[in-house]
Amino acid sequence: MAKRDRMSGNEAVATAMRQINPDVMGAFPITPSTEIPQYYSRFIADGLVDTEFVPVESEHSAMSVCIGASAAGARAVTATSSAGLAFMWELLYVAASARLPITMAVVNRALTGPININNDHSDSMGARDAGWIQIYAETNQEVYDNYIQAMPISETIRLPIMICQDGFITSHGVSNIELLEDEEVKEFVGEYKPENYLLKSENPLAVGPYGISPYYMEAKRQQAQAMKDAMPIIMDVAKRYEKLTGRKYGFFEEYMMDDAEVALVVIGSSAGTGKEAVDRLRAEGKKVGLIKLRVFRPFPRVPLAEAMCKVKAVAIMDKAESFSNSGGPLFNEARNSLYDLPNKPYAINYIYGLGGRDITVEDYYEIYNDLFIIYDTDDPGDVYRYVGVRDSRYAEGGFDHRKESE
Amino acid sequence: MAKRLNEAVEIRWHGRGGQGAKTACLLLADVAFSSGKHVQGFPEYGPERMGAPITAYNRITDEHCKVHSNIYKPDYVVVVDETLLKSVDVTKGLKEKGALIINSKKSPEEIRPLLKGYKGKVCTIDAEKISMDALGKNFPNTPMLGAVVKVSHVIDQERFIQDMKESFQHKFRGKENLIEGNMSALKKSMEEVKVG
Repeated sequence: MAKRDRMSGNEAVATAMRQINPDVMGAFPITPSTEIPQYYSRFIADGLVDTEFVPVESEHSAMSVCIGASAAGARAVTATSSAGLAFMWELLYVAASARLPITMAVVNRALTGPININNDHSDSMGARDAGWIQIYAETNQEVYDNYIQAMPISETIRLPIMICQDGFITSHGVSNIELLEDEEVKEFVGEYKPENYLLKSENPLAVGPYGISPYYMEAKRQQAQAMKDAMPIIMDVAKRYEKLTGRKYGFFEEYMMDDAEVALVVIGSSAGTGKEAVDRLRAEGKKVGLIKLRVFRPFPRVPLAEAMCKVKAVAIMDKAESFSNSGGPLFNEARNSLYDLPNKPYAINYIYGLGGRDITVEDYYEIYNDLFIIYDTDDPGDVYRYVGVRDSRYAEGGFDHRKESE
Repeated sequence: MAKRLNEAVEIRWHGRGGQGAKTACLLLADVAFSSGKHVQGFPEYGPERMGAPITAYNRITDEHCKVHSNIYKPDYVVVVDETLLKSVDVTKGLKEKGALIINSKKSPEEIRPLLKGYKGKVCTIDAEKISMDALGKNFPNTPMLGAVVKVSHVIDQERFIQDMKESFQHKFRGKENLIEGNMSALKKSMEEVKVG
């Protein structure tokens, strides 16, 4: 029986954690994820869970606690944001290469420079090549639902997983949510029974050994294969979850895409604002659609490319800047996935929402308007654009990279 | 098929760090949720410290609300601290069919000239006096919430009073004076809010 409630995204994660009752939590507070260990330590103090809570002196140590616990055969969790995730960097690779199914709630926040506590995706996007599965959420409900699906995915494929949500926007925003009963969650997630682990007396195991040249590359190849093999597992878990809750999940959600002429691809809470723009433009008879990417790692290259090919022009939205001179991380991967297809759409990139810069329904009108110009003129113009930035170069007609390169 | 648009009642709160504007905003989300609505309650965060101006928002809808941006054209603005009028353009974007609700000893007629030409309703409530009379302390949240519900009609008034009573009974279990004090502050503010 679902329970109607209202809570913030951070409380939703802490609640899902309480319902799962993992063995170990390594925790160091950082805004805006601090409330997760805060709520959770209260659950421990109230005797609702018996998780071993290890308060440490840094995120580097929080991830080290998770690695030690997971290698020993325990179910280990943590939560972090921004600089905290950056401080874990070295250990992220250790966790992934040791094939430890650690679950980390990432409350996305900008990386420092200048200091900023607000939301963008530069923290987790920076960690995109660390070998972690990454799942993103639009709403508090999705954060909760994704968290409950995390362990069945990661423990099956033996890869660590990040369950990401937008800092403050969902983490501190209270909204309606449907919760599962504790027993339903426990049954869905199941008990963690690793095949091999450090403390298994009949078959002891070394974790994290030196990988000399004759072995290192095979280990990497197997990690890459595991990420590929995670694709069907993510779908299986989503189907099982749909049976339990009626809520459908996949690699991405297509919103009003069937007869759309132009569309955008976007990650996280801003997809909701985009959907509102779609609703209003549809009410005016404009055929617009939206694709909300839920799973960024593994990158759903083939199905996403097929979905994008339904339209003639697509705007790919990045809430992280790569300083690559060729667009943000989502743009590069999404556009790359189109390369082999014959009827590929024009694909342009918008960098948006850095450091908490708000994106509004009206901003989306502008983007859809730009897409219809491309649709009508068959000229994509500059493909690497910004929205919502104060910069005289972008004031009229956008920044023309072709002029720049001459 | 175009979907029916899900119109929201949008409320913006202005307060100072530590005064409880965020708490009041989340309380409103709570009571609107209890009355069967879909709600959003979210503060706008920055480098806050005690006494600095803060903003918080509510969206209240009949169906799930998709929008996740801040609110720029609110239906109602609530000002928990009158001194903010000097530094914050509180009526910016405020719809003229809506209202400004401000914690002040002044009358709506006295407040209006302090606003930047806002033509809609101006409502004042002396939340400090009500709180001092009812609770012996200055907790403006409860009276401000009462005034907002009274002016905005965003939720059913009787249902609201009942829900708040249950909420206070839960929050202040065994402390009858706090339950009664808060309920009296709530009702008094709903009676005394001045609309001009």
